[in-house]
Amino acid sequence: MQGQTIKTLSFFPGCSLASAHTEHGSSLRALSRYLNIELAELVDWNCCGSSSAHSINRRLADRLAGRNLSLAPPGRPLLVACPNCYLRLKEAQKKLAGDSSARENYERDWCRPFDYELKIVHLFEILEDLLKRNLGSDKKHKLQGLKFAPYYGCMQNRPPALYAERKFTGILEGVLSNLGANPISWSGSRTCCGTFLSVTRPDAVTKIVNNMMDEARQVNADCIVTACAMCHLNLEIRATVKNPMPVLYISELISLAFGQKHHGPWFARHIVDPRPMLNSHGLL
Amino acid sequence: MPEQGSAAVSKRQINLSGASGGFAAEVSRRAKTSVGLCWHCLVCAAACPFLAPMGYPPVGVLRLVQLGQEKAVLESASIWGCVGCHSCSDACPNSIDVAAIMDVLREMAMERGVKNPAGDILSFHQEVVSSIAKYGRTHKLSIMMKYKLGNRDFFSDAAMGTKMLLKGKLDLFPSRVSDTAALKRLFEAENGKEDSCKGKP
Repeated sequence: MQGQTIKTLSFFPGCSLASAHTEHGSSLRALSRYLNIELAELVDWNCCGSSSAHSINRRLADRLAGRNLSLAPPGRPLLVACPNCYLRLKEAQKKLAGDSSARENYERDWCRPFDYELKIVHLFEILEDLLKRNLGSDKKHKLQGLKFAPYYGCMQNRPPALYAERKFTGILEGVLSNLGANPISWSGSRTCCGTFLSVTRPDAVTKIVNNMMDEARQVNADCIVTACAMCHLNLEIRATVKNPMPVLYISELISLAFGQKHHGPWFARHIVDPRPMLNSHGLL
Repeated sequence: MPEQGSAAVSKRQINLSGASGGFAAEVSRRAKTSVGLCWHCLVCAAACPFLAPMGYPPVGVLRLVQLGQEKAVLESASIWGCVGCHSCSDACPNSIDVAAIMDVLREMAMERGVKNPAGDILSFHQEVVSSIAKYGRTHKLSIMMKYKLGNRDFFSDAAMGTKMLLKGKLDLFPSRVSDTAALKRLFEAENGKEDSCKGKP
């Protein structure tokens, strides 16, 4: 981009992006560069406390989230890449802000005052910025002809305490349409991927995932697009249909549209190889 | 309102305030939501993507809690099959935090040491939490290995596991937190003491 100032955000990658899903993390970093955003990884972050910790030990889950909040340097928004980590951190922040004894414990545990001003930024806010600034409108031809099934899974659901939080409805469709791709309407868009049931009740997840794959096929999508590493994994490993549909990260597709050439291992790391599809659209 | 157990209660009425006893109240208090608000519109049952592993749909769990069926609900697979996706509470017209209720019910089931029909799900969560205790982050490969060994399940998913390893989806070595004192504190039963912060920024 042309000589704009660079904005630095603290960055919480979460366990998935830091390990198994480096293609998401690395494409997200590529995307941030186009937006003149520098990502400063939260130093020594820990698990956000979602899923398992939250399922069996709420106190631990709150403290895990709390420590992460305490690590964020003041005056700098905290970008959370994973939608589930986002909810956990946001919920913990809200709890701490509204409960003086929880705040006292937090301050004693982490030896830092609670930061009421810390702005926790959803990955979708970055995408919104991309839309607002109309970045990529000169790249409309890039994704021309690509039909995608937008997949949000559970990420637009909110517990009652967070009802007032924004849902970013239509953000995947908006951003990719702006780059020339065609969103397809389908019934799987908001079906939960099953998270840990993929390990403990694989049959139940396979059933759901296969339905989604069939549906996406029926509406003639070329791929399913997600922003969540957990969804990505479950869709890929639990599909047993004959021709599973490639599942792409929103960050990968945007980076491709912006002409990112150094995608190295991103696509080779997918279990359902998206390269034949991407090649047929001239994207690689 | 007729008093609990009063003869004024018609035989056709179900007196929920009496039936629920302390159980529903305890669940509501701990989950910071009101179980009594459920009017059984079944929206949550329609929204839930995982009725099969759950058994009772969310509305069924709420009903059992309202009726004080402590044993039935704490020993049900439903509370373990729920993944907390919030599909139900997002659809609930009365804004009941169903996932928070499930959290509390699991907590109570563990406290009371009742029979767990989904012990493998609990042991999976325990493996994840012990990975967090060790590294501060989750290490998928060791979690999966321990979970499979614990369940004496050596073969299902072996092909998938190999594929994931080859694709780099299962890191051999864990990524970890370096502040081990902080990591220890996360798991302590007590919160820190003020004087432990002296001399720290």
